[in-house]
Amino acid sequence: MSAEAHTGKEHHGHPRLQHHFESMAQQHEASSLGMWLFLTTEILFFGGLFVAYTLYRWLYYDAFIAASEHQNILLGGINTAVLICSSLTVAMSVYFSQTNRQRALVWMLVITMMLGLAFLGIKAVEYHEHFEHHLVPGDHFQLPGAPHLAAQAQMFYVLYFFMTGLHAFHMVIGLGIYAWLLIRAVKKEFGPEYYSPIEAGGLYWHFVDIVWIFLFPLLYLIGRHQ
Amino acid sequence: MTSAVLDTNPGAEPRTTYINKEYGVASWLLTIDHKRIAILYVIAITLMFFVGGLFAVLMRVELLTPQGDLMTSDTYNKMFTLHGIVMIFLFLIPGIPAVLGNFLLPIQIGAKDLAFPKLNLLSWYLYMIGAIGTLVIIMLGGVDTGWTFYTPYSTAYSNSHVVLMTLGAFVIGFSSILTGLNFMVTVHRMRAPGMTWFRMPLFVWALYGTSIIQLLATPVLAITLLLLAAERLLGVGIFDPAIGGDPILYQHLFWFYSHPAVYIMILPAMGVISDVIAAFSRKRVFGYEFVAFSSLGIALLGFLVWAHHMFVAGISVYSAMIFSFLSMFVAVPSAIKIFNWTFTLYRGSVSYHTPMLYALGFLGLFAVGGVTGLFLAALGLDIHVHDTYFIVAHFHYIMVGGTVMAYFAGMHYWWPKMTGRMYPEWWGRLAAMLVFVGFNLAFFPQFLLGYLGMPRRYHVYVPEFQVLNVMSSAGASILGVGYALPLLYFLWSLKYGKKAGANPWGAVGLEWATSSPPPTENFHETPVVTWEAYDYHGFTEAGYTEGSRER
Amino acid sequence: MFTDFPLFPEAASSVAREVDQLYWFLIAVTGSATALVVILVILFAVKYRRTPQNEVPAHEPENKYLEYAWIVIPFIAFMAIYFWGAKLYFEINRPPDDALEVWATGKRWMWKFQHVGGQQEINELHVPLDRPIRMIMASEDVIHSFYLPSMRVKRDVLPHRYTSVWFRPTKVGRYHLFCAEYCGTEHSRMIGSIVVMPQSGYQSWLAGGAVASPVEQGRELFTALACDTCHADEGPRARGPALTGLFGSEVRLRNGQTVVADENYVRESILNPAAKVVAGYEPLMPSYQGQVDEQQLIYLLTFIKSLAPEAERPPDGGASNDATRSTITGTPGTGNRRP
Repeated sequence: MSAEAHTGKEHHGHPRLQHHFESMAQQHEASSLGMWLFLTTEILFFGGLFVAYTLYRWLYYDAFIAASEHQNILLGGINTAVLICSSLTVAMSVYFSQTNRQRALVWMLVITMMLGLAFLGIKAVEYHEHFEHHLVPGDHFQLPGAPHLAAQAQMFYVLYFFMTGLHAFHMVIGLGIYAWLLIRAVKKEFGPEYYSPIEAGGLYWHFVDIVWIFLFPLLYLIGRHQ
Repeated sequence: MTSAVLDTNPGAEPRTTYINKEYGVASWLLTIDHKRIAILYVIAITLMFFVGGLFAVLMRVELLTPQGDLMTSDTYNKMFTLHGIVMIFLFLIPGIPAVLGNFLLPIQIGAKDLAFPKLNLLSWYLYMIGAIGTLVIIMLGGVDTGWTFYTPYSTAYSNSHVVLMTLGAFVIGFSSILTGLNFMVTVHRMRAPGMTWFRMPLFVWALYGTSIIQLLATPVLAITLLLLAAERLLGVGIFDPAIGGDPILYQHLFWFYSHPAVYIMILPAMGVISDVIAAFSRKRVFGYEFVAFSSLGIALLGFLVWAHHMFVAGISVYSAMIFSFLSMFVAVPSAIKIFNWTFTLYRGSVSYHTPMLYALGFLGLFAVGGVTGLFLAALGLDIHVHDTYFIVAHFHYIMVGGTVMAYFAGMHYWWPKMTGRMYPEWWGRLAAMLVFVGFNLAFFPQFLLGYLGMPRRYHVYVPEFQVLNVMSSAGASILGVGYALPLLYFLWSLKYGKKAGANPWGAVGLEWATSSPPPTENFHETPVVTWEAYDYHGFTEAGYTEGSRER
Repeated sequence: MFTDFPLFPEAASSVAREVDQLYWFLIAVTGSATALVVILVILFAVKYRRTPQNEVPAHEPENKYLEYAWIVIPFIAFMAIYFWGAKLYFEINRPPDDALEVWATGKRWMWKFQHVGGQQEINELHVPLDRPIRMIMASEDVIHSFYLPSMRVKRDVLPHRYTSVWFRPTKVGRYHLFCAEYCGTEHSRMIGSIVVMPQSGYQSWLAGGAVASPVEQGRELFTALACDTCHADEGPRARGPALTGLFGSEVRLRNGQTVVADENYVRESILNPAAKVVAGYEPLMPSYQGQVDEQQLIYLLTFIKSLAPEAERPPDGGASNDATRSTITGTPGTGNRRP
């Protein structure tokens, strides 16, 4: 870091360098490490839910299988594809900011947001289906086909709604971050020297995608083979 | 006396410091200067400490008699719940990191600020939302679940403000996570040239270990409390026995955070003690690397022992044996620290200034608190002492005898740096003595009470426990005086205290190389570090002290 | 005024002495270690206090061997403590075969006890001297904890599940019973006493409160709830499995698992029959959740247990006797794990 302290002088003119950093490189490193650490926290945050899922699935195996039969695998699959596509556009947005292609950057951010909105829309359709089929835990819960497992199948749906709900909440936050990035990108604030926010936002978006990559098999696919 | 040294170049006065750089409420509430944020924290945390203390006083008064004649059982239950919540979430966990850590971490590694100054301010606002929320909940009638929020009592039976309180704890948790994240990035990325890892003060090492825990454990509590609040609101949830939910799962998730949280509270305290003992013995901390790595060891092992809170709760015999075994391991790093601190005194130049009195008191009390932890980790014995006053005494020896003593040691040690004023030494020593005596009288009888079988959280108790309870209450009143004194003389010293020089203690460390109070950017020029940590030997040989030590 | 001012609790059970021995051992070991630290601190602080001659200490080299010493020596002591503690814990969790069973129900804020002879008590528990007593406990609401300080035993009492604890009283007298897990408003009044009586006195006490035995009550309830229509022992193929000889045996389930039919299994099978269906049967049985209370469950369980031949009673061993084999932890060896 001592070497950077000297070379840093050259960057001092950069308008995005905050007062307490010596150089843009140091600022960039700090921002990316900060985001990685934040994601570690997020993993543990979702971790509590995954522990609960593992435990109850082990205890109430039959009920969990019976409950997952009622999932709409088509919509879930489409949503998975949507998110994977959005991860691609996110990665490209970082690339375009590094290569200073401002128009392409804006487009990537816009497409990412569209895909994110599509995901939430499809999720809302699914929730609506669950509501119509009385799969929302509570007094009106019904599990056609295996009524004797209804009590414990509710546990599946409690976990399902909590996990997907929390995931959807993270998507909403992600959309907020991308809206903010979009405004700044339109103002051409990013470039090869300064793209930390795009990268940090991208890390966050990828993380939210990866959570879904775990949720989809656990909540939709496992048990389907029977 | 080597204290209270005048500034070396009085001609430069009045200097611009972080305190007098700007004036007005907005310049404080919107500040992104880590030192000003530390001051914001110290005000809020002190207030919460006395709120929590008030509950303790009321409890101790109630427990003077066995009948429970001062307040109703419901009120008493809320007292101990709020005492726990306020002291743990609003004082002990943020205390040393958010006040002393915030102020000193960047200075000690030669940085201008924390890596994310705005995030730091956000942490304070989150803390304030949690703190004010807690005060509002107290006004509304409080909570009665105990600070542990055990299900199914908290989800289905309690008639108090459980949802609000868990959401409050959730918000405070995020304040803690963000502080830890900020510290960790700062230590990794913001060290001054030459400030290698093994040149960092042990306080920084301890804060680094603390940050690991804050980052990895706190989110688990956050999700658990969220699940709890949702279950209480919606009437159905993952701990609900009616659909097969398991109250033991709640305990696992809760203690997965709350045991490491114990180390969030004690690790920074250990860091303070390392710095203070070195400064007042004028010696490098004995076994520096061992002490540094023991902080990381505690942070990591602390994650593997949570179920030792559940030995009588209904976990299997075999898992209890594993968790007891691992709990024995986590005692080793603490033992390493104790012995190294003791040997730091050996052939030192030991002075008895107030911070050192607190630090020496810490050594004794933390030792007692630590070894009584072994009683609780020993499975067969834990069955008897679990959930009795024995454990109340144990964790007060760690939390009050350890963390609070260290907090006071640190506040006295760095007070001249933070404010530019000396506190009155005589009063400081008196308060330290009162705290030590009062503390032992208040809490030692509780070990006896616990082994006799008095369960914790008891509003009324059988008459044969009265004598020990009266002793405990008497000690608590002395302790209360001991805590009130520093508040008064610290405030007094702001106006009337002697002006402090840059380095009133003749201590090493970057914080003593800048002026008191420091300028906003901490150092006029980025320091280049060429010396080892606690280099008291080189420090004196280089004649570094001439300017800052009175001859 | 304070004539009754004990500093040490009475030791009235077979394990109490051993727990106390471990306690004194710990006090000796940790007390001397703490004393060593305190003495050294005081010694160094006084001897090396700052004087005009001792303003600047000499350079003191580090000593790796000293470091290793205070890593290894405490660790050895910790291991000794661990093994002693674990051995004791294992004992306290392993009831002898001939234990006298007493059922307990915790309810805010009282303790109800059901003796196998039919006697019921509230907040007072009479037990005979020198006979191992095994408590089988459940809660009707929140978590409680059954704590007998003079017996040195404690166990949390959970809703929807049985936990157990045992002790052998060795001293006649009346001792405290406390609830040790916070359970709401009157938690500190959820106390009672345990009365240890000599065998003869206990017998006459039993005779005083004789009523229909729980086994009998269970048999009546079994018929009243029409359990016998499906769980009949006769008949070529009853709709439900026969219950004679069931308790304590290994049961094969539909999904291929094997479980030991202990208290928690039978309890679950009554309240939530679909959870573990016996191999060869359909999940036909309705749930009795809400139709039987904790007391009636005790009757049904004692009845079903009485159907087990004496030889088939659960064998000794930490695993099968730990009625707390909780749904979470699944003691190894019970075959509870999914293949």
